[in-house]
Amino acid sequence: MQHPVTLRSMHANQSGIIDSVSATGELGRRIRDMGLVPGTPVTIMGRAPLKDPVALKLRDFTLTLRNNEADLIMVHVKESGENHQ
Amino acid sequence: MSATMALMGNPNSGKTTLFNSLTGARQHVGNYPGITVEKREGHLKVGELDITVVDLPGTYSLTAYTQDELVARNFLIENNPDAVVTVLDATNLERSLYLVLQILELGTPVIVALNMMDEVRRKGVSIDTTRLSALLGAPILEMVARTGEGREDLLREARKAMLHQRPARTELRISYGHDLDQTLDAMQAVIESSNFLGGRYPSRWLGLKYLENDPEILALGQSSPEVHARLREMTGTLADHCRKTLNTEPESLIADYRYGFISGLLKDGVITRPTTQARFDITDKLDTVLTNRLAGPLLMFAIIYLMFELTFTLGEVPMGWVESFFGWLSETTSATLPEGLLSSLIVSGIIDGVGGVLGFTPLILIMFFFLSFLEDSGYMARMAYMLDRVFRIFGLHGCSVMPFIISGGIPGGCAVPGVMAARTLRSPKEKIATVLTAPFLSCGAKVPVFLLLAAAFFPGSGASALFWITLGGWVMALLAARVLRSTVIKGEATPFVMELPPYRMPTLKGMCLHTWERVWQYIKKAGTVILAISILLWAAMTFPGPSEEQTARFADERAATEAMAWDSDEALEEALAEIDNVEAQQALRSSLAGMIGTALEPVSKPAGFDWRTNIALLGGFAAKEVIVSSLGTAYSLGEVDPEESTGLSEKLRSDPAWNVWVAVSLIAFVLLYAPCFVTVAVIGREIGWKWAAFSVGFNTILAYGVSVTIYQVGMRL
Repeated sequence: MQHPVTLRSMHANQSGIIDSVSATGELGRRIRDMGLVPGTPVTIMGRAPLKDPVALKLRDFTLTLRNNEADLIMVHVKESGENHQ
Repeated sequence: MSATMALMGNPNSGKTTLFNSLTGARQHVGNYPGITVEKREGHLKVGELDITVVDLPGTYSLTAYTQDELVARNFLIENNPDAVVTVLDATNLERSLYLVLQILELGTPVIVALNMMDEVRRKGVSIDTTRLSALLGAPILEMVARTGEGREDLLREARKAMLHQRPARTELRISYGHDLDQTLDAMQAVIESSNFLGGRYPSRWLGLKYLENDPEILALGQSSPEVHARLREMTGTLADHCRKTLNTEPESLIADYRYGFISGLLKDGVITRPTTQARFDITDKLDTVLTNRLAGPLLMFAIIYLMFELTFTLGEVPMGWVESFFGWLSETTSATLPEGLLSSLIVSGIIDGVGGVLGFTPLILIMFFFLSFLEDSGYMARMAYMLDRVFRIFGLHGCSVMPFIISGGIPGGCAVPGVMAARTLRSPKEKIATVLTAPFLSCGAKVPVFLLLAAAFFPGSGASALFWITLGGWVMALLAARVLRSTVIKGEATPFVMELPPYRMPTLKGMCLHTWERVWQYIKKAGTVILAISILLWAAMTFPGPSEEQTARFADERAATEAMAWDSDEALEEALAEIDNVEAQQALRSSLAGMIGTALEPVSKPAGFDWRTNIALLGGFAAKEVIVSSLGTAYSLGEVDPEESTGLSEKLRSDPAWNVWVAVSLIAFVLLYAPCFVTVAVIGREIGWKWAAFSVGFNTILAYGVSVTIYQVGMRL
């Protein structure tokens, strides 16, 4: 597996496993409450028409995050189009 | 015997559908004291039990970050309901269980309702509920709230919980790893030996809250400073340790372990998924079109436009009925009561005031019906997702679009339902900014004023004038939002982190109940605050009134006119009507509003307004349509129908006090100044009276500034 990249830099249909979440305070709490914790498989569903926010699938639901929020989440990207879940 | 049952669950878990199915129309909505979180309660009779069902706000967690979460948590702790039902979206088990764990950690016995089981079955997934129930130590029932499947089982289980001796509070103990567990044990010992916070909270839970830096619990803890300091020291040491060894915070570890615990629960064959799982479900398929880069925005604008058109065209018909009913009522009253102050109070003060306000009811009804459809179906979240990038620039949220459009983002809207539509915004700062700026848009009542002025000074270009005014409204609303968000409502954007719930067909019953709730709240308001304000406004435009001499002079004049020889009856009528109009002008001028208008002339002169315009603008606080009719009275044209104001526009054009710049300045002022009092009342209800007062002051000052600039610059050109 390669070095983790930020969630923002991932493109549509890419999957990976969350490595770390560096958000703190209210944002950190909200992100974790929604289940974005290390070890969770995620798949990028796409981006809004203006490229921000980003939509991702995890644990059987779809979540949207602003790009600056996605910056705080590091992901180990899975090679090729192989999917999780 | 009476009992309380609380419903908890994630947003979109079908909790409210279950609530509606349990209580039907026997429900009412209020507010928790001092905050804007809604309190929804209903009643249900099962055998000998009178059950009060409380629908707690939908939450993902039980932290104290949002008011919703705080309300739900405090309800569980303080009210200690006889049964707590957690409603879970069974298609999304992991995240739903995260909330259940937190309730169990609090020691509250729960009944788990696995909702949406039909969708789970359709996907070919099976859940071993017996096993999960044993692992969790809580009864689990399969349900489909929208069809009523499982309702009876749930009631039976709830009844059992209510009638039988409540089990002693047994808190779920999750292991948070060696380091955290050790500190938690030590904290527990300190908490128990000192009877910290009077033993109201489970000790381990308190320890967890200290580790999570829960602001509410930390504030409560200050009451025993010694214990508080010791606990803080323990958490501080642990946090340092975590940072050094694991490069993380205890609160992150807690969430990790909770999700780890859930993964453990769901392993061992609790969930069985089909081996060949279809990658795309219906929601994903719809989203490839509905949130597509090109088709998405186009469809969204089409939907917004359609909803707007339908609301206002469908609303027009019943609005007409309400108006004619009140028209008939005031005519009958004027005919029955002797002419005088009493009749004027009842007709002009009460009937016209309340009638004008109730006239909005059909609009609110239809608008909320569509709005609940968009929200319950899951589309509203997509709109927020697509538009967030634009609105964020101005310190707003993607969800701000609806209130803006309804308030008059397309001319002809109305700020009353617009402000109420801001309820869909869950971010407090963005909501306040939206509510305060939405009244800048061109609502339907301002349009006749614009058309009147355009007809007088820009003949033939009414449509393009309206276009530029509408655009001006948007620009001002967005800029004002930006300014407010960097001054009085300063602060970081609320995290967006939003779920895109699966598309689901809303239930008709749910939509009707939701709509009725809003309409009823509005009608109640019309009967109280709004009635009082319309009487005050009536009084301001009536008292002290012309002196006896003045009245006598007009009576003499009338008698003299009648005594003259006239060619025809019509000519006499006309002459008399003219006297009536002059008298009405005099009466208005000698009222409190007239005196204020005259007194304000020095202030309003720099913007180009004389006392007549001032009175009209004061009247416009009652309803913006009043501006046209008050201008008519002030120019002694008698009552002017806002829809047919040709005479008035002629008069304005030929009046030496008027010119193009006065007109532009007035247009800007009408667009921006204080919202009408119905809107102010609704703002007060939605975000507090302090903000309602602020909107009157802020908008008027802003409007004045803009108008003065326009007039002064214009006149020097």
